[in-house]
Amino acid sequence: MGQNHDHDHSEWSDMELKVKTLESLLLEKGYVDQAALDVIVETYEHKVGPRNGAQVVAKAWADPNYLQRLRDDASSAIAELGFTGRQGEHMRVVENTPDTHNMVVCTLCSCYPWSVLGLPPVWYKSAPYRSRAVSEPRKVLSEFDVSLPEDTNIQVWDSTAEMRYLVIPLRPEGTDGWSEEKLADLVTRDSMIGTGLALSPDEVSA
Amino acid sequence: MSGYEAIPGLNLECGEPVFNEPWEANAFALVVGLHEKGLFQWNEWADILSETIKQNDVSIPYYQSWLEALETIVSRKALINSSEVSIRRGEWVAALEATPHGSPIELKNRFSLDLETNS
Repeated sequence: MGQNHDHDHSEWSDMELKVKTLESLLLEKGYVDQAALDVIVETYEHKVGPRNGAQVVAKAWADPNYLQRLRDDASSAIAELGFTGRQGEHMRVVENTPDTHNMVVCTLCSCYPWSVLGLPPVWYKSAPYRSRAVSEPRKVLSEFDVSLPEDTNIQVWDSTAEMRYLVIPLRPEGTDGWSEEKLADLVTRDSMIGTGLALSPDEVSA
Repeated sequence: MSGYEAIPGLNLECGEPVFNEPWEANAFALVVGLHEKGLFQWNEWADILSETIKQNDVSIPYYQSWLEALETIVSRKALINSSEVSIRRGEWVAALEATPHGSPIELKNRFSLDLETNS
């Protein structure tokens, strides 16, 4: 041990200090409890992620009745698979067609369908994406290596605390008769935000 | 409006970690936990977060705005007042100074420095 405490004591960043200050007070006052906080972190780090959404999309592709239930009431249809939102938000699915491509943004903050996609990627929360997805969606898509025919209409959906969107990408060709499980492997996170397309069978086997 | 220049922030890499540092996960969990306890509506949170992001420079990292918005909402909902915050912050600073690097940092550690200096 050194003589000088200044050199070997522990240090936190200002952010760590701020969080620990709030956390310790909120725990002491009983507004939150440690076990619940641990479950929340564990859930979002490991359990909830875009595989949930991929199952929803694959089922929608494979089962017309399920697709209809998604159109009628997406929150309930998604809850059928065990994925429920914790913030009381409503879900809506937006379906890509050969004529229309859908893309999701939250211009104000970072509203995102957590229950089916997990937490948003860094770029989704960035200022450039939040503004440019609306002002120049085609250019943003090209930066994601997505090029669409000139006459494809691009529809941008702005999420709110109350309404979150899940894009149903176009089902790739050459997947007739595939199981939902196999189809789900074609569904990427970005394809459900609209900044990507579903993978082709070649891309997954490659 | 700034943020129009291409690419900065438009980081396209896949598989980035959900949280870059543990404090981000802590701040995230506190907000979700308080909401689940019914202490505020989610749209109240989204409004405060949006406002904070709007006021901050675009270079401010997302979870820093998130943490500032958390400080705002706990004060606005009168869950914690500002003097409690400054006292507790001082206690943590004292605990850090009394905790050797690598040891678990606990609030009670702040008393161990006194023992050492008295001996």
